[in-house]
Amino acid sequence: MSVHVSLSEATPVAAEGGDGGFIAPGPGSFELPPVFEVAGFGVTKPMLLLILSAVLILAFTIAASRNAQMVPGRLQFAGETVYGFVRNTLARDNIGSEHFMKFVPYLFSLFMFILVNNYYGIFPFLQFPTMSRIGFVIPLALMSWLIYVGAGMWKHGVFGYFKHATMPSGVGGPILILLVPLEFFSNILVRPVTLTLRLFGNMFAGHLLLILFATGGAALLTSGNALYAGVGILSFALGIGVSFLEMLVMFLQAYVFTLLSSMYIGEALADEH
Amino acid sequence: MFTVVQAAEEAHNPLLPVVSEIVLALIVFAILFFAIRKYVVPSFEKTFAERTQAIEGGLSAAETKQAEADAKLAELEKQLADARHEAARIREEAREQGAQIVVEMREQAQAESSRIIEHGKTQIEAERQQAVTSLRAEVGALATTLAGRIVGESLDDEARQSRVVERFLADLESDGSTTTGSGVN
Repeated sequence: MSVHVSLSEATPVAAEGGDGGFIAPGPGSFELPPVFEVAGFGVTKPMLLLILSAVLILAFTIAASRNAQMVPGRLQFAGETVYGFVRNTLARDNIGSEHFMKFVPYLFSLFMFILVNNYYGIFPFLQFPTMSRIGFVIPLALMSWLIYVGAGMWKHGVFGYFKHATMPSGVGGPILILLVPLEFFSNILVRPVTLTLRLFGNMFAGHLLLILFATGGAALLTSGNALYAGVGILSFALGIGVSFLEMLVMFLQAYVFTLLSSMYIGEALADEH
Repeated sequence: MFTVVQAAEEAHNPLLPVVSEIVLALIVFAILFFAIRKYVVPSFEKTFAERTQAIEGGLSAAETKQAEADAKLAELEKQLADARHEAARIREEAREQGAQIVVEMREQAQAESSRIIEHGKTQIEAERQQAVTSLRAEVGALATTLAGRIVGESLDDEARQSRVVERFLADLESDGSTTTGSGVN
């Protein structure tokens, strides 16, 4: 545990040697050592955070929805606001009122899961956005991909779905030779990749930026040079500003991931382009 | 320890997923998804549906109440109009009745006055008759007395006396047959 703590704040420790000793945070800052091992598998902090997120989400949503009153209390109101937002704004508006309820449990779980795991990034003591580990993002993108492709095939049939997804209506002739592979590439192959990279990249970069401002500020402050110390204070101030920016990005990424998933499902279920 | 970890850092590309993380994410998310689908979504949906129903029920109840109130208001207005109509009718009737009563009273008074006048006239006539009758008798006596005084001893003669009286009475009778009051005059 002590090793892990020294690592997430690794650079100040290294920077204590002097100016030359500062090691800028990099991809290595995301490689946390196992906290403990279970049957040979190293259990890391992000893994624990991921499990904790499921516990937190279930505790919150079950507490908010159980014994629901006609006139909601604060907790119920908060739960209903989030649920209603995902249900109405994301699911129903994009998928259409006929089929959207089938996808609401998935989309709501997805939104809450990403949201909580993102906000770990600015939560004191936890301070690690789980989704900056690409291994946690890939399964979510794959599930969204399977669901929207599956929904399209359920609606149009296997061949019908490929036709629906790759042949824009109203286009015919030789242009299709160019268009079909492009549409197939963009609508079926690229989407899970962009879903993954968008979320992962934002969380990864945001966390890197926060570490840089924090550790850089600490290194400058402790450098012993008064001018450097002034810049160090500026660095901390910027770090606080970036934290607020990150709060927005963390919500937006959860929102965008869920929104795109619903849009893809809605598009796959649509009758015509 | 630190150098070991640093060596591991350089070896791993952040874009390459760790398999155990993928598996863990799938398991955790699956548990979360099924729990949410089973416990959370139905409760929220139930609350939403109940609320919608309550609002719709409240709206229809309010509509019923409004309709009832409208009906009651219309009824009351109708009653009020009826009452006004009734009052006007009664007032009109009273005015007519009053006028009638005045007319009747006037007629009655007139009849009474004419009756009183008639009665007065009859009484006067009766008294006059009575006076005429008593006067005739008195006049006869007086006339006889007076005639006796005037004629004096000349009427002592029986024959003459009876002739004069007879003639006088015949005159009187012929006078009385022509005009009732002529005997007096």
